[in-house]
Amino acid sequence: MTDAEIHARRKKNNIMLGLVLIAFVVLVFSITVAKMMGGANMEAADHVLRPQLIEQ
Amino acid sequence: MAHPLFGVEMTDATMNTTSAHSDFGDYVALLKPRVMSLVVFTAAVGLIVAPGGMNPVLAFASILFIALGAGASGSLNMWWDADIDRIMKRTQGRPVPSGKVSANNAMLVGLWMSVLSVGMLGLTANWLAAGLLAFTIFFYAVVYSMWLKRSTPQNIVIGGAAGAFPPMVGWAAATGSVSIEAVGMFMLIFMWTPPHFWALALFMNEDYSKAGVPMLTVTHGKRTTRNHILVYTILLTPFCIGLAFTSIGGPIYFTMSVVLSAMFLQGAFKLYRRIEEDAVADKYASERKVFRFSLFYLFLLFAALLIEAALRALDLQWSAWPQVF
Repeated sequence: MTDAEIHARRKKNNIMLGLVLIAFVVLVFSITVAKMMGGANMEAADHVLRPQLIEQ
Repeated sequence: MAHPLFGVEMTDATMNTTSAHSDFGDYVALLKPRVMSLVVFTAAVGLIVAPGGMNPVLAFASILFIALGAGASGSLNMWWDADIDRIMKRTQGRPVPSGKVSANNAMLVGLWMSVLSVGMLGLTANWLAAGLLAFTIFFYAVVYSMWLKRSTPQNIVIGGAAGAFPPMVGWAAATGSVSIEAVGMFMLIFMWTPPHFWALALFMNEDYSKAGVPMLTVTHGKRTTRNHILVYTILLTPFCIGLAFTSIGGPIYFTMSVVLSAMFLQGAFKLYRRIEEDAVADKYASERKVFRFSLFYLFLLFAALLIEAALRALDLQWSAWPQVF
C-alpha cells in the first residue's frame, strides 16, 4: 500500500469518526432537552440546600 | 521521527501497524452488527411493551446505548477469542484474526465502549438498567468468553443468559424495575439459546473440534446433542406459551406461540430421530433448517408481543383474556 493510499484511507476514517462524534454531541444535546422538557431538575447540587432541590 | 513517549526512532515497520490499515468498517465489524441487530430488536420490544411509556428521544437513546453495550461485549469477545477465531472457518474473516484490527485495539474499544454505554444508559434512563447492562457485558465477556466457553459443554446453556438480558434491560430502562414479564422474556431467550446453538453445532462441529471448544457435539457426540435439543425445546415450550398469560401477552401472542412451538418441537423431534448417515448424506439440511427456523421463531414471538402492545395502546385488547402471572 502506497503512502497516498494510506493517507486517503486515514482521511476517510477520520471523516467517519468526526461524523460519529458530531452525532454523539447531537444525541447528548437531544437527551438533555428531552430530560429538561420532562421536568428534570435543572439545578445541580452545589453543597447548599435550596428549596428547589427538595423533591416534592 | 521519534516516538513521543519512549524517544526511540520509529521506523516504517513500527508505524505501519495493523491498525494503520484498518478501515472504519473493520471497527464496526468488531461490534458484531448481526448480533447487535437481534439485541436492538429484543431490547426495543422490552422497552416498548413495558407499561408507562417513555419519551421517544430517551427511548431511542436507551436502545442505542444497549446496542453499544452489546457491541462492547462483542469486541471484548473478539479480543479474547482471537486464537480460536483464527482456527475456525466461520470466524477467520473477523477483524482480529484477519489482522485488520489489532487485539489490543479490540480490547480498548471494548473497554471504553462498555464504560460509555453503561454511563450513558444510567444518565439517560436509570441506574438499574445501567447496572443490568454492565452485568450483561461482564457475563458475556468474562463468564462466557473467558471461562465457560473453553471449559464446559454447558457453555452456551449458562452463557445464553448474556443474550437473554437485553429485553430485561429495555424493560428496566422504561420502568425502573424488573417484573415477571421481564423475567418471562429473559427465560424465553435463555431457554431458546441451547437448541438454537446446538443445531448450529451439529453442522459446524468440525470447526469447534479443530479449535478445541468443548461444545456438546465435541465432548458427548452428536447423538447426545440431538437428545438435548429435543429436551430443551420441550422445556422451552411452557416459557414460550406462558408469556401469553402475563400483562404483555394476549390472544395473538398465544396463537403465535402455540403454532411456533409446535413447529419447533416438530423440527427438534425430526433431528432427534435422524441418524448421522442421513444427515451427512443431505449435508445437514434438516439441522440447517431448524437453525434458521429458530431465528425466525424468536423474531416472530417478539413481533407478536409488539402487536399486543400496539393493540393495548389503541385500546383494542381483549379484556376477558386471562392474566395468570
